[in-house]
Amino acid sequence: MIRGANSDTRVIPDLVTSTQPRLEWRVATVVDAKQETARAYTLVLDVPQWPGHRSGQHVDVRLVAEDGYQAQRSYSIASAPEEGTVALTVERLEDGEVSPYLCDVLGVGDGVEVRGPIGGYFVWESNHAGQLLLVGGGSGIVPLMAMLRHHARADPAVRASAPVRMIYSARTRDDVIYREELERLAQGPDVDVTFTLTREAPAGWQGYRRRIDKEMLGAVGWPPSEMPRGFVCGPTPFVESVASLLVELGHDPARVRTERFGPTG
Amino acid sequence: MQIEEMRLDGNAAAGALREIFAQEMTVAIATCAGCGTASKIGALLEYGHAMGVILRCPGCDTAMLRFTRTAGWLRLDASGISYLMMPERGTPE
Amino acid sequence: MTDKPFIARGFHGRRASAEAGRLPPGQYETRDFPVLSAGPTPRTSLTSWDFVIRDTAGRSVRWSWDELQALPHDMPTVDIHCVTKWSKFDTRWEGVSVDTLLDLARSDGLSEGSFVRAFCDGGYTTNLSVADVTSGQAWIAFAYNGAPLLPEHGGPARLLVPHLYFWKSAKWVRGVELLERDEPGFWEQLGYHNRGDPWREQRYEGDP
Repeated sequence: MIRGANSDTRVIPDLVTSTQPRLEWRVATVVDAKQETARAYTLVLDVPQWPGHRSGQHVDVRLVAEDGYQAQRSYSIASAPEEGTVALTVERLEDGEVSPYLCDVLGVGDGVEVRGPIGGYFVWESNHAGQLLLVGGGSGIVPLMAMLRHHARADPAVRASAPVRMIYSARTRDDVIYREELERLAQGPDVDVTFTLTREAPAGWQGYRRRIDKEMLGAVGWPPSEMPRGFVCGPTPFVESVASLLVELGHDPARVRTERFGPTG
Repeated sequence: MQIEEMRLDGNAAAGALREIFAQEMTVAIATCAGCGTASKIGALLEYGHAMGVILRCPGCDTAMLRFTRTAGWLRLDASGISYLMMPERGTPE
Repeated sequence: MTDKPFIARGFHGRRASAEAGRLPPGQYETRDFPVLSAGPTPRTSLTSWDFVIRDTAGRSVRWSWDELQALPHDMPTVDIHCVTKWSKFDTRWEGVSVDTLLDLARSDGLSEGSFVRAFCDGGYTTNLSVADVTSGQAWIAFAYNGAPLLPEHGGPARLLVPHLYFWKSAKWVRGVELLERDEPGFWEQLGYHNRGDPWREQRYEGDP
């Protein structure tokens, strides 16, 4: 109902638009920083006016030096939407430009510019029922972890309607990020986690010791007849290999979503 | 010497696209003007990196979308997209 | 747009300090050789490879790989400057001077205008003035650092025009068109400068 002409009254049409809030750079504060593995560090950020996020989304981080030099990178959000803060797990690349700064220099209380949340394709929400197949390589585990953490916080009926099979490829057991948490989540009825180590396995390791292949996906992934939603994340060669193997196994390519990570740091 | 080919995908362009479009674009479906394949923008192959964003058709490599930021202007060449559809309310499944 | 950028405490970026005077304005030195591509790496076999010069009247002259190799080679050592702000010093190349090729094209009756546009496998193009690709300023380069040019860096052959920003040194080059008018190529159509002189910081359209 449009109100009568009155200079003090704003006419606000009751119109639902498809536009979303502007994506703006905001200065977030680091509230926690911890080392997950030799090369992976998690930064927990308090982002002012954070609108919330969905699992699988990422943020852009921008660093500006005093002389104006700028570098920008994207990092997946590791935390579940329910957690309120934004956790980023960063892989520290030795000759990287941004990751050594985030891992070594940035500390609790420091500010860092972020923009987000970004993404809509590589996203899972707990009201999306159906088998979930999460395949991660290296730091590709990060957005998948957000999905798993979001899944863990859903109520039991929802969790049961979207059972998870996760396959995580890492170089060595010490490179497995979130290992204890993954082992704990895997004890639940709706979550299955398979690790595969590609470079070196510890003594007594009973698990897979090779790159993900068709046989592995067939053995511990969902069969195509279950029509799972697939999310594959990691370095480009890993993602492209796994995605083609899934299609070769008979999975519908439209149900396999991919997110490629670049090698730069 | 870094000799790795740094191909990513439309997810990497999501932030930049959000500057031009009023909504998240990785779930929008774009039809390739080269071969007619319809893909979600998140599934397009991304090149260009620091110079700009180039999104290519995973079927035929046609440059569907090219975006640069130069001297105060955002420029978009979407001539490689013959048809674009996006969800009306936020992003669906 | 924020009023004042937020300065990241203690962030310097990965920059080597460089000799004064050797870096064009706004550039930083790198010891890497970053790979920036506009598209997938083409793989063209040397048996099917050729280099073509065409004029607007449709006349053309063509060299096969072996024919190109038979022409005199130069081994320029040059600094290169990318518009994304990294510069790399003392890069060593081997190639055939564009002067040699244009001279041969001219003597074959092709008519030259003031401009050229290089075209490449994968569809990339870039435009240059004839003045910028002659007088010993440009090569069709097929070796880098003493070894055959890798596909990731533009092999089998790329254009090398080191006095301009490196997007003009078109990878996977297969020929040039001789043009009367300057016709913007791939990046120039998207707002990059038509000429691209790093010493005048001609990065974008509208830069003087």
